[in-house]
Order: sequence, then structure tokens, then C-alpha cells
Amino acid sequence: MKTPIAIAVAAAASLGTTAITADEPKSGGVIDTIIQPEPPGLVLGMIQNAPTRTVAGNIYEGLLRYDTDLEPMPQLAESWEISDDGLTYTFHLRDDVTWHDGEPFTAEDVVFSADVFHRELNPSARAVLQHIESIEALDEHTVEFTLEKPFGPFLISFEAGTFTMVPEHIYAGTEFRDNEANNHPIGTGPFKFDSWDRGTVIQLVKNEDYYEEDLPYLDGINWHIIPDGASRAVAYENGTVDVLPYGTVENFDIPRLTEMDNTCVTDKGHEYFSPFAMLWMNNREGPTADKRFRQAVMYAMDREFARDVLWNGLGQVPLGAFGSNARFQNDDLAPYDHDPERARELLDEMGYDGEEVRLLPLPYGETWTRWAEAVQQNLKEVGIEVRTEATDVGGWNQRLGDWDYDLAFTYLYQYGDPALGISRTYLSDNIEKGSPWNNVEGYENERVDELFNAAATAFPDEEREKLYHEVQEILQEDVPVGWLLELGFPTIYRCDVKNLVTSGVGVNDGFKDAWLDR
Amino acid sequence: MLYARLIASRLVKAVIVLFLIIIFNFVLIQLAPGDPAAILAGEAGATDEEFLNQLRERFGLDQPMYVQLWHYVSGIATLDFGFSYRQQMPVLDLILARLPATLLLTGTAFVLSLGLGILAGSLAAARVKKPSGSLIMALALLFYATPLFWVALMAVVLFSVYLEWLPAYGMLTVGAGHTGLALALDVGKHLILPATTLALFFMAIYTRMTRASMIEASQQDYVKTARAKGLSNGVIQRRHILRNALLPIITLAGLQAGQMVGGAILTETVFAWPGIGRLMFEALQQRDYNLLLGIFFFSAALVILFNIVTDLVYRLADPRIKEAP
Repeated sequence: MKTPIAIAVAAAASLGTTAITADEPKSGGVIDTIIQPEPPGLVLGMIQNAPTRTVAGNIYEGLLRYDTDLEPMPQLAESWEISDDGLTYTFHLRDDVTWHDGEPFTAEDVVFSADVFHRELNPSARAVLQHIESIEALDEHTVEFTLEKPFGPFLISFEAGTFTMVPEHIYAGTEFRDNEANNHPIGTGPFKFDSWDRGTVIQLVKNEDYYEEDLPYLDGINWHIIPDGASRAVAYENGTVDVLPYGTVENFDIPRLTEMDNTCVTDKGHEYFSPFAMLWMNNREGPTADKRFRQAVMYAMDREFARDVLWNGLGQVPLGAFGSNARFQNDDLAPYDHDPERARELLDEMGYDGEEVRLLPLPYGETWTRWAEAVQQNLKEVGIEVRTEATDVGGWNQRLGDWDYDLAFTYLYQYGDPALGISRTYLSDNIEKGSPWNNVEGYENERVDELFNAAATAFPDEEREKLYHEVQEILQEDVPVGWLLELGFPTIYRCDVKNLVTSGVGVNDGFKDAWLDR
Repeated sequence: MLYARLIASRLVKAVIVLFLIIIFNFVLIQLAPGDPAAILAGEAGATDEEFLNQLRERFGLDQPMYVQLWHYVSGIATLDFGFSYRQQMPVLDLILARLPATLLLTGTAFVLSLGLGILAGSLAAARVKKPSGSLIMALALLFYATPLFWVALMAVVLFSVYLEWLPAYGMLTVGAGHTGLALALDVGKHLILPATTLALFFMAIYTRMTRASMIEASQQDYVKTARAKGLSNGVIQRRHILRNALLPIITLAGLQAGQMVGGAILTETVFAWPGIGRLMFEALQQRDYNLLLGIFFFSAALVILFNIVTDLVYRLADPRIKEAP
């Protein structure tokens, strides 16, 4: 079943390219949009949460940008070379880039950002940095990264939110988190920070000295801060804001909004993150420790229903552990179709005695609450008793960090490569209390560890593919976690906002190319 | 002189009570589930042990509880309310930045509800058996019984979406760059819906209370005396009945005034009003303990302050209360 919104998104995608070239871009105009929730700060690299990335992705940049197929595009680096052994990456930087305070951007900034700033502050960058032997500035505009071993996802790690370029002349030698400049972030991006009226609005203005010709077209962006979901929908309905980024309105409001005149919707711009909804299943104890129980849960869930009804038909039901956007997906796996009969057989076989299991919904709003209800009902149909235990975000973090759950909803970013976004969920050395983002389910399989570790450093890609295909077969059988849905987050916008989403990280760096046809 | 001594003794008590409140809140908050560092890390979407430890160390969360408590209390003595983990700003700056918006909203609602409530209540009392009196009471009952958030949402739908008379949310028009009188008018326009929404509930209570209390007072002997003296009905209503009926209303007004800092969470959220209530709610969700404690402190201080003010107003309204300690 395709819902009207899914059709609208598909139509927009096929029209996309022609629409872009049909008109000559115009300069001018300010865009009003929404950021939800209010970010804690705007210095990317110091803070990596979603709202910070979305706003500051327009202020800061990385060495590379990625298209919707996740192929690298030039940004601060205009070209790059990889040595034949996959160990040395050389980036040639643009020589016409300046920071927002007028200082030139050089290779020293790159070395400082990667080797000092991120190494100290940024856990997601540290995951990549551990593979790096040295980072050197060969001259003012050339940087060389040398790896200890080949690392497949290396080239995909240079997105603005992961390896943000921060100014050395401002941060070097200071206590980073207490630096005065954090209240007035300085980047190289198309927009400059102007003001932040806490609880009301964050204003960015055009960077007049931006190095790419004619860009950006917009004079500025106002990020309104509106804490209530219904009020955010009203802000779009009454014309105060023109763009509703992902997650700003409840899913059940979306059909009503997309029916409005001059309204377009797209689910592009998330390819790099490709958010993947999962059901943690506690592999340590209780019925969920039995793999037949976990398989039964997979067969019992009607995931197509959840997508069509709760997510307006957006997103994809995943085959297994690797999403459809992930590299090296193995298409030959046996799918877990909705098959309550098979689920009951498996439960009989293991001798499930009807022991109640506890389910933690994700405390991120109505849609997730309803989804938990749907799963509860699916499981009841095959004879599994579920008790839903609602928490707030803090309680949810704590319960997962303490492994105090049987089933729990979550969603994780894939970050473009299995070694960055997928293996972390299954590697046994990633089992550690206190974090809701590691191997929370407690899955341990030596062969899986071997395969994931080998695949991360195998070279070239054909070698990686073989290893990843094998690991997917094992995971498909073991079902360490439930694979629910590759989420499609819609961006809703007025159709006369053109070129809004142009890259695989488009939700965060999209305003660079956007223009108003008014 | 009597007042000065009264105020002095009340202030001494207030400091003791505040101190106990600080300790009580601090201990209570430690009992809530959820580790602030884990929540901050959780928000970041990626974390490792090093990151968690950095956070704990930075905010002193790795210290034993009594050390944390000592730091906190000794900080407050120098007006240092600590640092907000989540907002990356000193707590005092955050609170002071949000306080004017909240006081404007709750203050307006306070004046509005008290003024209109007493007015409507007196009118209803004077028209006990007439349809207009019943109408006022029916409306009061309606506002009293309807949940605040629903009134707020319906007001937005009616006045902002359909009629487009008033802005739906926020405190000022973003990007308009108003100054002076234009700014005041702009803020005033944004204030109407949230202040009215917030005022309705208390207005209904004041109306009902004023009416009941005035009807009771109107049956007293001194009212008969006043009528026998030949005073006009208006003068009797104002000077003899209303003034004697005011005491319970002052009590209630004192309670409402005490809630001015933290009592508008729902209204501030629905109308995106950048006030303290919202800040408190977000701080609670994010386990931003320092910020939460800071707001609790201000709320408690305000409640105590208004209790003292209420006591003084009692004495103005009813000179018989003087001798009580």
C-alpha cells in the first residue's frame, strides 16, 4: 500500500532534477523555519546532537560533502588522493577560504581540528581517529592523513557534523568548553551566526564573503523555537514559517499539512544518517535470551502496517541488520515476513510459558507511543504477554544503560558505512553499562566480532563485501535485535523554496543552495 | 514600628525555610532516576566512557553527594547558582534572562484575573436572582472546569488560524526589528492570548469566591444598619459588603501570586512564551539539576515573599488582625 504522502514524495523525487534546472536562482529573502528541540549550543564538534547539527551545519563545514548516493563531493578540500595501499589520504584545500572573522583557513586548522579538538571532545570522531597514525600539514593548503591499517569508511567521515573544521586561532591553547567564542561560533560556512534569543529564535545571516560564487542565495535563516507540536503545525499553517524540518510535527499532522496549497514534501537529505528503528531485545535473560523467541517477535510484528499507518507510508521495511542505504547489503537473506503462524510454532518449540515481558517505548512523542501499542498487540496475537512501561527520556536512558528492560524501542544512525553505524550494535567489546547507544542487547558471538573487525580494515571494497555478507547471514539467524523500519523523515516546505535538499546530509547543510522563487 | 519588627522576624524565618528547602530539594533530586551525564551523552547520539567521565568530572558529578551539597550551598551564599550542563550557561544568567518574560505574563494574568474576577463576582452578587447573574456564574463554572491547555489550543485555532487577529505563539515578531512603542505594542499583541488563557481559571475562582463571600456579608447586621442609615446601594456594596468580603480573596491572591514563577508551564509551552516555566520543564526532562534547583529556589523565595506580603495586606484590609504574631 502506498499512502498519498508516499506518492507525493516519490513524485517530487522524479521531478526533482528538472525542477532544479528550470529556473535561474534568485538572491534574497530570509527563510523562517523551526528547530526542535532547542540545541544546547552551536559549536559543532563540541556538541553533536541532532538540533545542533541541523543549525550549525550551515555555519560550519567539513572537508567533504556527500551526495544522496553518499559519493564524496568537494567542500573545503577541492581534491584528494588515496594511495594504492589505502593507507595515505592527501587532501588539497581551497586557497580562498576565510573564517567568519576574516582569518584565512589553512592546513593548520585541519590538523588542529582533527588531531587536537576532536580527539579531546568528540566521541564519534574518536572512533575514526583511533585508526589514524598521523595527520600532517604538508604545506599551507595540503593535509596528509596516514592510517595504521586501511579503514574502509575513512573517506565518508569528513561530513561537517563528524569532522567539523574549527578555527585554530580561536581555540588553540584554551579550555575549549569555556571559550568565550562558543557563544558566537566562527565557521567557514555559507551562513554566519547573528543572534540567539534563548527560547525564541536563532538567527543566521548570509556570509557575504563566502568562497563559492553567488552562494548562498538567502539573506538569512530564522530558526524559531516552539516547544509544542501543535503550535509548530500552526506556525506553518498560518504562514509564519516556510520549512518544517524532520521531527518538528507529529506524524498524524503531516497529511493535513501536506494537503495545503504550495506545499511540497521530501524524505531526502537523510541518506548519510539513514535512521534505523530497532527493537532492543535483552539477550541476557528472560524469554528474550532465546533466539527462537526473538525470531518469533520478528515474525509476529506487522512492520508494513506500522510504516503505512504510523509513518504515512514513508520509509522501508528492512531485510535485516543492514539498511537499504547501507553499503554491502546482502540481498539474499531470508526475509522475516509477517507470519503469526510461524511465530507461534517457534514459541511452542522453545516451550514459552507465557512469561510477561516488559516493553519500553521511545519517549519521543505520540508516534512512538502508538507504535509500541501496535507491537504490543502484534505480540499478544501470538501469545506473548507484554507490559508497556513508559518513561521520560532520562528514565529511558537510565533503564537501557542499566540493561533493565526486555524489549525497548530505539533508533540509530547508520553513518553511511557498516563500520561506523552498524557494527557498534553487535560487537561484543562494545558491551558496557551506562550508554544507550552501544551493544545494549548484550549479544556475543566470536565469529561476528571477527568478521566485523576484519571487514572494517579490509581493502579493497570487494574484500569487505565478502565479510559483511557472511556476517549478515549470522545476524539474520541470531536476531540480536529486532529490525523495525528504516525511517523516512519528511521535510515539509513551501514549493517556492527551491533546491532545499541537495545532499545526503541535506537536512543539515541544505540552506546553502536554497533560494526563494518569490 | 510594629510592621518593621514583623517584617524582620518574618525575614529571619524565611531564610531558615529557604535553607531547608535548598537541602530538601537537593536530596530529593538526587533520588530521581537518570544520570545527567548519561542523558547529555544520550542526546549526543554517540558516546564512549571517556566522554561520560569528562562530563561527570566537569560538573562535579563524580564527587560524593555531601561534597556536591556543600559546593552548592556555599555557592548560593555568594549568589552563584552553578552552571547548567545542558544549556552551557550560568544558571543565574539563564533564570534572569527568562524571568522578565514570565513575570510579564503571570503578572498580567494576575491583575487581569483578580480585577475581572472581583468585578464579575460583585456584579453576580448584586444580581443574585437575575438572569445576568446566573450567566456570569455559568461562564465562571465553564472556565473553572475546562482544562487550561484545551482553552489555549482552541484560542489559537480561533483567533490565530481562522480569524488571524492575533499571533499564535512567541513573545515578539521575529525579524521585525521593532523598537520603542512599536515593540511594546507587538509584545502586547503576543501577550493577549497567553495572558487571557492563564487568567481565565483564576478569574473563575475569584468570581465564585467574591460572590459567595459577598452574599454572606450582605446578610450581616451592619449592612442592615447601613441601609437603615439611608446609604445608597452602590456605597453599601463597595464599602460595607465588598471590603468585608475581601479576606478570603486576599488569601487566594497570595497563593496565586506565589505561583507566578513556576505556575505557567503549560501556557508557556503551548504559546512558546520564553519563560521560566518552560525552562523548568525542559530542565526536568534533561536532568539539568543545577538549573532545576535554581528555579526551585526562585519559586520558593517568591512564595515566601508573597506570604509576607499577604500577611501585611491582611492587616491593611482588616485592622483587627494586628495583634496576631
